[in-house]
Amino acid sequence: MVNSIYGKKVGSTQVFNNAGNAIFITAIEAEPCIIVQVKDAANDGYNALKVGFGPVKEKKVTNPIKGIFEKGKLPLKKYLKEIRFDNFDKDYKCGDQIDIQIFKVGDKVKITGNSKGKGFAGVIERHNFHRGPVSHGSHNIRQPGSVGMCSSPSRIAKGKKMPGRLGGKKVTIPPTEIIDIIQDQNLILVKGSVPGPSGNLLFIKKV
Amino acid sequence: MNTIDKIESKYLRTDIPEFKSGDKVKVNIRISEENKDRIQSFEGIVIKTHGYGINKAFTVRKISFNVGVERTFLMHSPVIQSITKLNTGIVRRSKLYYLRKKVGKKAKVEFKK
Repeated sequence: MVNSIYGKKVGSTQVFNNAGNAIFITAIEAEPCIIVQVKDAANDGYNALKVGFGPVKEKKVTNPIKGIFEKGKLPLKKYLKEIRFDNFDKDYKCGDQIDIQIFKVGDKVKITGNSKGKGFAGVIERHNFHRGPVSHGSHNIRQPGSVGMCSSPSRIAKGKKMPGRLGGKKVTIPPTEIIDIIQDQNLILVKGSVPGPSGNLLFIKKV
Repeated sequence: MNTIDKIESKYLRTDIPEFKSGDKVKVNIRISEENKDRIQSFEGIVIKTHGYGINKAFTVRKISFNVGVERTFLMHSPVIQSITKLNTGIVRRSKLYYLRKKVGKKAKVEFKK
């Protein structure tokens, strides 16, 4: 069975569970994906489903991409992505749909997406360093401190944590629980936060 | 109505009466022990309400054995079995933190008759 779907981050709020606890959740909108092509190990070297999803204006789609959809007589979609998985225990056809019914409440899912870009960040924000004293004439408030030894080895150790670009990278969060599924609105509510801003494209995989 | 409001609307309660800071309320709280539930009531003056939507919360203050006790509840929490408004207070501000420093008669709020 296919165990993953693409979705869009909608936003965060909190809901109550049966025990009466408020749980921080993030809503993800996952519209049904249309299967555009089925790839199998014999033909393509790996098992995957090529899926299209997301509404799009016709003039925004380039001709080569349009050709892919027209070949299967499918409606045009914004994104064209692959979902790879190992065991093909069901026959998938071009034109079939994958929707959020593959998940149920209580499942654990891994979520992948691009994180928010933070720009050039210092060591406190980037590596959780501590800051130095702010008073008594200190000039070591947000500095990284010593970065290595002296004339031997007269170089900086590889992988030394330093300031630099932070965020804007592909991130996968550890498995988190599905709290609720709203079928008619194609919404999945997962516990905790997910990468990126609202509207971010996410890949949701059942573990 | 955006999508987040729609999600929250499912969890919002409609059986909660309206009340403001200064009002005297009785809050019945559901407490679950090992395998049975019991109801505990908390009666006092609302000293603040804050937030909106599903985050709306309020704080109730009472004097218990000469010790001030405050408890904050989420307005729409299922832990609350019921809320009863007992009196309407006459107060001039929305946050009654001044009550914490008052003792005796001055720590009271006048009620409408």
